[in-house]
Amino acid sequence: MRAETSSLRSKDLLGIEHLVPDEITLILDTAEGFKEVSERPVKKVPALRGQLVINLFMEASTRTRVSFEIAEKRLSADTLNFAASGSAVEKGETLIDTAENLMAMAPDMIVIRHKHPGAPKMLAERLPASIINAGDGAHEHPTQALLDAFTIRERLGRLAGVKVSIVGDIAHSRVVRSNIHLLTKMGAKVTLAAPPSLMPVEVERMGVRVVSSLDAAIDDADVIMMLRIQLERQGKLSFPSLREYYNTFGLTPDRLRRAKEGVIVMHPGPMNRGVEIASDVADGPWSVILNQVTNGVAVRMAVLYLLGGAHGEA
Amino acid sequence: MNVKKRLLDGARMTRAIRRMAIEILEKNRGTQDLMIVGIRSRGVPIAERIAKEIEQMEAHPVPFGIIDITLYRDDLTTIAPQPVVKPTKLPEPIDDKIVVLVDDVLYTGRTVRAALDALIDFGRPKSVMLAVLIDRGHRELPIHADVIGKTVPTDADEVIKVKMAETDGEDEVLIMEK
Repeated sequence: MRAETSSLRSKDLLGIEHLVPDEITLILDTAEGFKEVSERPVKKVPALRGQLVINLFMEASTRTRVSFEIAEKRLSADTLNFAASGSAVEKGETLIDTAENLMAMAPDMIVIRHKHPGAPKMLAERLPASIINAGDGAHEHPTQALLDAFTIRERLGRLAGVKVSIVGDIAHSRVVRSNIHLLTKMGAKVTLAAPPSLMPVEVERMGVRVVSSLDAAIDDADVIMMLRIQLERQGKLSFPSLREYYNTFGLTPDRLRRAKEGVIVMHPGPMNRGVEIASDVADGPWSVILNQVTNGVAVRMAVLYLLGGAHGEA
Repeated sequence: MNVKKRLLDGARMTRAIRRMAIEILEKNRGTQDLMIVGIRSRGVPIAERIAKEIEQMEAHPVPFGIIDITLYRDDLTTIAPQPVVKPTKLPEPIDDKIVVLVDDVLYTGRTVRAALDALIDFGRPKSVMLAVLIDRGHRELPIHADVIGKTVPTDADEVIKVKMAETDGEDEVLIMEK
């Protein structure tokens, strides 16, 4: 399980799609070292002292932004938070202009969340700083998939052969795309379940199994990952009502009775309690949802650390 | 790299480590408040053996921990790729403990400087001692060892290779030429 490689090939983390399994293992192994840092009396190490990280969040985010900021601070980096609202973006500045202006302040890394898929890639191609994708539209959210994988590995001891069922708004989810890339690369078996209107066509080509009912997804699963119904990304609801969605695809203790012993329930947050997940499940013994949040800091520290430091001469 | 000389074989290493354990006990008049902490990576098996020797002599175990100094290195921004980070594991709080840092080779002193910074982030020990299997000289910082297995004058272009049964299959210390 130990990584054979000791570095990432790219200066950026734009997605999981272009990582090789060894790079994923390296990030997860490194995160184990960083998890311990968060349990110390002094939760700070000098690894990124003197490096400037800009958090460029052009779309709403609480959990991911806060998690990155904590990770940066625990590594002793200087951080600068930049949000779309209240900035020149509202005055019509383009992303490239914004980025080039920020670049004039010589950041070492830029963490970007943007509603347009590919925005991080565009920055990565133009700027010398390391770019970390913190979610771009419905494309990828690599650090979320990495923290999910870290949590699964921590709980079940491995990724290869683990059966992961992902349930809910598959069509609008960048989390699920990153997770499918990561889990299939690492040898896990992925099953997707959603109402037909929330399931992208030909998604099987990504190497996953598709089922049409929640029960079929629960049977046999080691991990059940519930996705948020992204009300803000849908023009109108893709199903008759939230109540009906809860009745057919909501995860309840009753539904979980058919699950395997020791199944774990995950959710990337924020949760819609009573829509995709019952409170008794979210707060119940199956849930590792808050472990995911804790692990998010360790995984982001690992990514920042591995992309930080010297470039090029390796 | 050519082997220039074999400094220690298995039997001599065992004796050197045993003597280091005795010296640690003598200097501290026993095991009161003592904690043995190995610096990753070759310091760990040496520290483990010192702890075992102490346990055999004193008939009770002494707390044993592992410290990873990677994040405290002073060359992190200049080397690539980034060195591998592993967890630090200390068995209990180090406040008011006599911490014995253990490493394989003392050379520039920079590793020990990093280890001291790392250690202080975990608390305030009563005192810190340094025990090394090999002291090869060429210090770049004002650091010295309290307990030394073997002192070896070296040239800067020589390399000391410490092999441990736990990690390398056999015990020996070699002096190599670049």
